[in-house]
Amino acid sequence: MNRLAKIVAGAVLSFSTVGAYAADYVIDTKGAHAFIQFKIQHLGYSWLYGRFNTFDGEFSYDAAKPESSSIMVNIDPASVDSNHAERDKHLRNDDFLDVDKFPKAKFVSTRVESTGEGTAKVYGNLTLKDVTREVVIDAELVGMGADPWGGERAGFEGTTKFALTDFNIMKNLGPLSQDVEMILSVEGIKKK
Amino acid sequence: MPRLNNTATQWGLLSITFHWLTLLFVIGLYALGWYMVELDYYDSWYRVGPFWHKSFGLGLFVLVLMRLCYRFMSPSPSHLASHAPWEILIAKVAHTFLYLSLIVACISGYLISTADGRGISFFDLADVPAIISGFENQEDLAGDIHVWATNFLVFLAGLHGLAALKHHFLDRDETLLRMLGRNRS
Repeated sequence: MNRLAKIVAGAVLSFSTVGAYAADYVIDTKGAHAFIQFKIQHLGYSWLYGRFNTFDGEFSYDAAKPESSSIMVNIDPASVDSNHAERDKHLRNDDFLDVDKFPKAKFVSTRVESTGEGTAKVYGNLTLKDVTREVVIDAELVGMGADPWGGERAGFEGTTKFALTDFNIMKNLGPLSQDVEMILSVEGIKKK
Repeated sequence: MPRLNNTATQWGLLSITFHWLTLLFVIGLYALGWYMVELDYYDSWYRVGPFWHKSFGLGLFVLVLMRLCYRFMSPSPSHLASHAPWEILIAKVAHTFLYLSLIVACISGYLISTADGRGISFFDLADVPAIISGFENQEDLAGDIHVWATNFLVFLAGLHGLAALKHHFLDRDETLLRMLGRNRS
């Protein structure tokens, strides 16, 4: 076999391998099998949970080559919901998310580092209030396979933590409420 | 000393009390409203400020409703003969908008706090339940209306006060004195 044939054969082989395993998924926000939650300490005495109700995104996942996986999520910060209207109104104003000025937030992964069977560190850029910083999501595969309606699904959950001030949220909620934990829990439907 | 009810030339004690009590409530609520939203999270007023604001706000709404009822029950004294027709007209317009902005301010404030279905405590004596809740962005929309209505109310009240001073010091008539219960005649 000459050199050119080898390259072509190699390319075809690797392409078909990718085709066999890697797949693109759309995050199932329509069926609400996906959640972007956050939690932050209240006075250091309890956890306050909230979530963003409006977002969309997709990811690609290859069980054989997790490092080639990627994820992208768009978030509408105005959809913040902590089950308390007055607090949500406050979270939307310029003490916190300032959603009139910064109506978009997103996470785009840059690289994935496998850390074991079904677990990985997902590095990526989180943009919030026009500040873009690298965060690392500790993610794990919850499960994947065929769904009962003829499709295929895969679901992941991951957490990351950052200081409010990292993203220009300067309101001081007290010494034990400086950091917020984000929990990304998503199910994707395989694109056909 | 004025009587309890209005006469053709005098404001009665009830109308006078309603009038100045409303002023007291509006000044207090307006100042507290702007103060409480700037408070630090650990400030001792962070929770009681809104509590008093909502309780007195509900109180103001009751006061305004009673005042409006009374206004229709007991006719106001007639205008002074010295008042020009244009003065009477813009006074009427101003009074109408004062009442309207009072009502809109109270209702919009109520709709912020009850947007998620939670009631409002009235001085810890009773909970006023949410009637309308859960429409899209209710707390934000009601909040914007609350800011505009209250600013407009205080602006109009300022004009109203300036007009009273104009009658007192420039026209030297008894418009302001009548509302203080001191008729010259």
